[in-house]
Amino acid sequence: MLSSFTSWFADPNLQWILMGSLLLGLGSGVIGSFAYLRKQSLLGDALAHAALPGICIAFMLSGVKSMGLFILGAIISGALATFGIHAITRFSRIKQDAALGIVLSVFFGIGVVLMTKIQHSGNGNQSGLDKYMFGQAASMMLSDVYLVGAVSLVLILICALLFKEFKLVSFDPGFARGMGMRTAFLEQLLLLMTVIAVVIGIQAVGVVLVAALLITPAVAARYWTDRLGVMVVFAGVFGGLSGAVGTMISGTLSNLPTGPVTVLAATLLFAVSALFAPNRGLIAKLMRRSRQRVEVRQWAGTPESGLGAAASRRYAGERSADS
Amino acid sequence: MMDFWIILTGSLVAATCGVLGCFLVLRKMAMVGDAISHSVLPGIAIAFLISGSRDSVLMLAGAAVLGLITVFLIQMLQQSGLQSDASIGIVFTALFAIGVILISLNASHIDLDLDCVLFGEIAYVPWDTWILNGYDMGPAAVWMLGGALLLVLALIGLFYKQFKLCAFDPALAAAVGIPVALFHYLLMGMVSVATVASFESVGAILVVGMLIVPASTAYLLTDRLSRMLLYSVLIGILSSAGGYYLAKWLDASIAGAMISVAGILFVLAFIFSPLHGLAARYLKRRRLKAEAGIA
Repeated sequence: MLSSFTSWFADPNLQWILMGSLLLGLGSGVIGSFAYLRKQSLLGDALAHAALPGICIAFMLSGVKSMGLFILGAIISGALATFGIHAITRFSRIKQDAALGIVLSVFFGIGVVLMTKIQHSGNGNQSGLDKYMFGQAASMMLSDVYLVGAVSLVLILICALLFKEFKLVSFDPGFARGMGMRTAFLEQLLLLMTVIAVVIGIQAVGVVLVAALLITPAVAARYWTDRLGVMVVFAGVFGGLSGAVGTMISGTLSNLPTGPVTVLAATLLFAVSALFAPNRGLIAKLMRRSRQRVEVRQWAGTPESGLGAAASRRYAGERSADS
Repeated sequence: MMDFWIILTGSLVAATCGVLGCFLVLRKMAMVGDAISHSVLPGIAIAFLISGSRDSVLMLAGAAVLGLITVFLIQMLQQSGLQSDASIGIVFTALFAIGVILISLNASHIDLDLDCVLFGEIAYVPWDTWILNGYDMGPAAVWMLGGALLLVLALIGLFYKQFKLCAFDPALAAAVGIPVALFHYLLMGMVSVATVASFESVGAILVVGMLIVPASTAYLLTDRLSRMLLYSVLIGILSSAGGYYLAKWLDASIAGAMISVAGILFVLAFIFSPLHGLAARYLKRRRLKAEAGIA
């Protein structure tokens, strides 16, 4: 086990892959923070499923397995999917969640039809499209790794440069518009970046689980802080960590697909955060509650009932601030 | 005969999911259905590891348990102050990941193909027959789905009034003394059972399409719950029959084609529905404008 670990690390090829999945996790964590704040967590899931027909059509038209073309196809079908979700919620009485589900499943259904069509036409193995289901970071080609790493870096860079703008658009789009910012452009840009993060994430963790790469690190980071800057950094670190751990474990242990391991690593980080984070974590909350209970009992025990009433008022106030 | 069995299986899936989907769409819980359809995977895998066979009853039980755990976890996270869609996303991806890992770790002695779980193989349904006392009783999947459909119909039929009230006005339902939480979990349990019963034929991912798409199409066509249920089932059956012939013509995945047809029907209803369609809206607006112009 250990020897295979060290030999794994000595391989420069795999070092690159590790680097790539680390950057990928970092990028998706950062983008995911904005998606979470804008209450669009599941949009990533829908976009990932919707990417499948785009990828298949790109392959059918070009006949080559080129990651750049796949990304282009996925972006186009992702844009169509977001437009579809928007149109359904805007022009009918169907709600957001059902619209997401409809677009997700119908696009995916079309994608599956196209994929089986490709497989039946004989060059399915050569395309290796089934890798897209669960991802196989460890078997990525070096050129793909460069591309994934470079794209993630660009995403992170854009987030860093436009941090102030994205922050304002996420928290208070109305105010941002009032300040004279081009909110529509910024929102579209964030959406486009989400699509790109999802598409390169599919490569590593697969269609079904790529949503976790966006959601889980961001939510885990939310437990630790109330400041967006800190949250974005934390989410990036969590995402990068889970990406690296997932690639390492699935690279050394055979038979384990990368995606699920990465997602479980992220979920573990989330569980730790939800339990142990100071202030917002479950344990901190329980401790605070029991402390308050003791306090209230003490106040209520004293003969001056007025003070007891004041304490329970204070207790009720804190509780409502809590939730 | 082959065609008949496959279309029958598809129709049974469509009917079961169509009925349940209406309640999911009305309660704005469509994505919870999506989550359940993914997170029953570890339940299936564990049931498989325990029994070592595709014992359907154990699988149904395992999946129902996992489905309820999913709903419980989602609600727990929501109550701790998380956004609902984020909690859905965290729970189902984690459970699905556990399921995939369980299956791939035991790939050597587990006769459960991941592709089959995800996409289903409805084309093989007619060959996997149930043999009772030496008699060939027809495809096992048809029996399983028929059982699931009967269960769903019986429960919904018995408690139709309660489910209806819970779907439209949970607060009122609670006020008149209906155990809303119980019916909530009952519905979720049925969704899990329906998911597992259908996963072998249409796959875990496309079940969600069968749950949501026909029900949403029906939602655009009528304002009455009873009609919505009927339309949803009919649209589902139409999609599965149409999908089968489309797949045959294209030589592609049957389950995928079924959802594609359901999607086409949805788009048609979205544009041409006499009640809520785009065309009807546009005409109504023009008429109103004209009337306003005269007056």
